[in-house]
Amino acid sequence: MKRKNSEYYESIARRIKVDVIKAIYNAGSGHPGGSLSVTDIITALYFGEMNIDPHRPQMKDRDRFVLSKGHAVPAQYAALGERGYYAVEDIMTLRKLGSDFQGHGNMHYVPGIEMSTGSLGQGFSASVGMALAGKMDKSPGRVYVVLGDGELQEGIVWEAAMSAAHYGLDNLTAFVDWNGLQIDGENDKVMTVRPIDEKFRAFGWNAMVIDGHDFDEIFKAIDEAKANEGKPTVIVCKTHKGKGVSFMEDQAGWHGKAPDEEQAKKAVAELGGEW
Amino acid sequence: MADKVATRAAYGEFLVEEGKTNKDLVVLDADLSGSTKTSGFAKAYPDRFFDFGIAEQNMMGAAAGLALSGKTVCASTFAMFASGRAFEIIRNSIGYTGANVKVCATHAGITVGEDGASHQTFEDLALMRTIPGMTVVNPSDGSSAKLLLKQVVDMQGPAYVRLGRAAVPQFYDMTADIKLGKGNLLRPGKDVTVIATGILVSSAMEAASELAEEGIDVRVIDMHTIKPLDEEIIIKAASETGKIVTAEEHSIIGGLGGAVAEVVTRECPVKMAMVGQHDTFGESGKPDELREKYGMTAADIVNAVRGLY
Repeated sequence: MKRKNSEYYESIARRIKVDVIKAIYNAGSGHPGGSLSVTDIITALYFGEMNIDPHRPQMKDRDRFVLSKGHAVPAQYAALGERGYYAVEDIMTLRKLGSDFQGHGNMHYVPGIEMSTGSLGQGFSASVGMALAGKMDKSPGRVYVVLGDGELQEGIVWEAAMSAAHYGLDNLTAFVDWNGLQIDGENDKVMTVRPIDEKFRAFGWNAMVIDGHDFDEIFKAIDEAKANEGKPTVIVCKTHKGKGVSFMEDQAGWHGKAPDEEQAKKAVAELGGEW
Repeated sequence: MADKVATRAAYGEFLVEEGKTNKDLVVLDADLSGSTKTSGFAKAYPDRFFDFGIAEQNMMGAAAGLALSGKTVCASTFAMFASGRAFEIIRNSIGYTGANVKVCATHAGITVGEDGASHQTFEDLALMRTIPGMTVVNPSDGSSAKLLLKQVVDMQGPAYVRLGRAAVPQFYDMTADIKLGKGNLLRPGKDVTVIATGILVSSAMEAASELAEEGIDVRVIDMHTIKPLDEEIIIKAASETGKIVTAEEHSIIGGLGGAVAEVVTRECPVKMAMVGQHDTFGESGKPDELREKYGMTAADIVNAVRGLY
């Protein structure tokens, strides 16, 4: 996919963030902090990298995206809407009874969602299985998976990391959304996860640390991952929880709380969106 | 048919046979391939076998990913670690997604024997049948295991197949009419019905012969499929015989006994008794000694039937 300049992706990411804020405001609950921290990564993948077709969500040999930190799904819903899988307005039913847009993504309800996630760590294991299937089928499709930093505390993550390296899954690229915060506070206080890159390296992965809000860095890292052979790659992305909304940035309190109307309007205005 | 075969051995043979033509079949194990008998498949089709090491949770998650990429996956480990340790992954990544994964769990029940309580699983049928859309199968012998495994692999969606360690009498042959989801009427009878599953099926037949000598005419049903449960055959048995005994190598809480009781209390309440593990952990010992001590033999079924009179 031919890449455009950073401003192009930044403007899409802002639109996605506006959609995220509105959807979570309408829902009255949800996870704005982690949705905003991961939006730039998701934008880069959906708009600058992945071989996918909104009109053929099940296209053979497509690239696959798994959001293992499933609570950030509003960002993925908005990205899929912006990408043309459905009208982005549809996601405003988020978390409402009967809506396809569940609090955590359901692959049978929403086209483009490859795996139902929500229980942390499991999307990562599923991505290992998908990458393994890709190897068996000699598919050119790649698998991208996004994990949260708190999610790394789940034991299954390290089981999955071990197996991906063991089977040499160089078609698998993991992103860690390293915003440093989880529900109970800072990772470092709740349960230390660092050094993240060194841990993955010790597990046999190719690892790098980048600024997860810098599109040039994200794309450079993706290209490096694709060029790398024999090992899976993890791109540890330093991010800010609530990125783009001043009063949400780096606040653990915005992990799982919806903005009220005043806050939502302020957030949308800061992101340059219309209410 | 007198020779004894473990259902896990039948599973191993089934995989090798099925793998010949079913190129989408992928088999996973968690460092127990020699015990679960997936090793034969691993040897025959090394490019379709993956060992995940001692990491059952990730194996189940990866199984889901493989299945969602078009593979038919059989994932094996001991029943304790499949249904217990990896329960939530089976629930969320396999059950909730409807992934085409067959969890084929061996070493279930008390007959795992000498390894003792930590490995003796009495909870798996209860756990697995609470997952929406999960097919739950418990074959009684080698032949029915193969016949059921074929149907399980041919159907779309998740399934749990319970297999045993110990060699058990061959009860059926390969011409037997075993249908997934249908209880198998083994012996007609009008006084009482014994609904048995797994290795307790042959014990139920022994019990029925003994009780016949006392003039008690026992109907015997092999309920190899715990879910979807053949409610019709249960309701018919309840209404025609008026008494039901369930028999399983599993806790009497939540397994076959619980499943049958749910139907009976709703549709046709009759007196019931349950033969199985009575809310206690097991211990080390020989399979037959353990079955005797923990009350899962033909004699226990006989006593349970007598208790209903």
